[in-house]
Amino acid sequence: MMEAQFLQFFQSALGSAWPTVAPIWPAIWALLKIVSVLVPVIVAVAYLPYFERKVIAYMHVRIGPNRVGPIGLLQPIADALKLVFKEIVTPTKANKALYFTGPILALAPALVAWAVVPFDDGKVIANVDAGVLFLLAVSSLGIYGIIVSGWASNSKYAFLGAMRAGAQMISYEIAMGMALITVLMVSNSLNLGDIVHAQGKGRFADLGLGLLSWNWLPLLPMFVIYLISGVAETNRAPFDVVEGESEIVAGHMVEYSGMAFALFFLAEYGNMILISALTSIFFLGGWLSPVGFLPDGLGWLILKIAFLLFLFLWFRASFPRYRYDQIMRLGWKVFIPLCIVWILLVGVWMMSPLNIWN
Amino acid sequence: MIPAMEFKTFIFYLFAAIMLFAALRVITARNPVHAALYLVLAFFNAAGIWMLLQAEFLAILLVMVYVGAVMVLFLFVVMMLDIDLDRLRHRFWSYLPLGAMIGVLMVVEMSLVLGGKYFGIEALPGQSLPDGYSNTRELGRLLYTEYVYPFELASVILLVGIIAAVHLTLRRRKDTKYQKPTAQIHIRREDRVRLVKMAPEKDEPVPQGVETKEGGQ
Repeated sequence: MMEAQFLQFFQSALGSAWPTVAPIWPAIWALLKIVSVLVPVIVAVAYLPYFERKVIAYMHVRIGPNRVGPIGLLQPIADALKLVFKEIVTPTKANKALYFTGPILALAPALVAWAVVPFDDGKVIANVDAGVLFLLAVSSLGIYGIIVSGWASNSKYAFLGAMRAGAQMISYEIAMGMALITVLMVSNSLNLGDIVHAQGKGRFADLGLGLLSWNWLPLLPMFVIYLISGVAETNRAPFDVVEGESEIVAGHMVEYSGMAFALFFLAEYGNMILISALTSIFFLGGWLSPVGFLPDGLGWLILKIAFLLFLFLWFRASFPRYRYDQIMRLGWKVFIPLCIVWILLVGVWMMSPLNIWN
Repeated sequence: MIPAMEFKTFIFYLFAAIMLFAALRVITARNPVHAALYLVLAFFNAAGIWMLLQAEFLAILLVMVYVGAVMVLFLFVVMMLDIDLDRLRHRFWSYLPLGAMIGVLMVVEMSLVLGGKYFGIEALPGQSLPDGYSNTRELGRLLYTEYVYPFELASVILLVGIIAAVHLTLRRRKDTKYQKPTAQIHIRREDRVRLVKMAPEKDEPVPQGVETKEGGQ
């Protein structure tokens, strides 16, 4: 429907030149869709650090950034300008090619994953059936950026950070994937749109209380595990031992400056927004409205993402950093066994007469 | 206008060319970390080719398992090793005949399989997938119905492999100190701190607003 309108617009705008453009129209349309998703994401990524500083400042009874622009709203732009004009320093004996590939490898997966995220009924760049698998595959690539940059920097701190990141992200990926298995079981689909639709059905949804029919309630332990693993996966506080500025300075990004550093920054915040969006879709009903008398829509998804992002910031302001062995213990000895037990439990539940997902 | 088929063929050759180049670099790169990263690139292109064959489940699984997990651990180990290239090249020429023979053997086997009448391009059915066909769903259905016992057997073998690997590498040293998280959580103040009431040793008056410190540790 949207495509037809755009097609008409381009046809009338180009006039006689249209036939030469026609063969590449699918590519143009795909690019338009990608831009319409990525531009808001990048704007959000730019403003998330600002909100982080504000939120944490208020939690610490400070004011936070308030010098650049009204209530500090131009701060992200000032920061970006500063980073763009900074000199890029390369360490001696660094592996140049990999040193500059690292930040790109970190940022790309965070943006690619948006391809399968549905924003509203049918509004998605690629409506693929194996969407969840695609997400798991893409999110498992983010680690290359960190490992490669940590190694290529030719620095001990950077390398230690990369090692920590490697172990931590692989461990929590498993817990995340296992938590998702229960979601796939109850929604009977790997398509993200279908997963959201499956949450809009059931007794509570019929009563107009969609809020209670979303996956977070029947799968509450998995929701908690997914959220905590998401924090660990994005290397955010209290699981930020990868950067650990008090122990290993800044981990894998210690040798980076200027735009190369900014890319890591973008990747981290992009991943946070992505994880929040995915948590909203898998457990909080995506674009569905929590109550019957209000219409569904993109606004609800944005609201849910904003709430989860606030949780990320809240965690950072509240919890001290975990010790590394405790992080590993939590992932392997607590979350994964819990997931296995819950998968079994949900399987039995679905086979019993008490099944609520049919 | 480029026909759709031709475009697909072009993509196939692009992926195949990059894959061959990457595979060649895996064995010729001097730096082992570069070799491992080229292997990742080769996996990626193989996944792309599988995607072209509409085997999206296998393609994504290749990226997820091999690129996302196996190669990360591989890189991990390779990066930490201090690999002496001269020692690796040592007696390269004396091993070459054996390696070349294995390579030739693999090429011969593959050409026998692919050239045979069961696997020829003519013998395989053309692509006529019904609407709504899901590769993932079909694979899942087959694995858990027709091939459920072989599948379970394979998983048991993997489990045995995991346990064996853990057992072989687990070396419990007597002199290391362990932390017991349960004991750490269940600690009470009384176990650690003893408050002692002491009579003041000097009779000097305490200044206003400064509290006396009590007890010790």
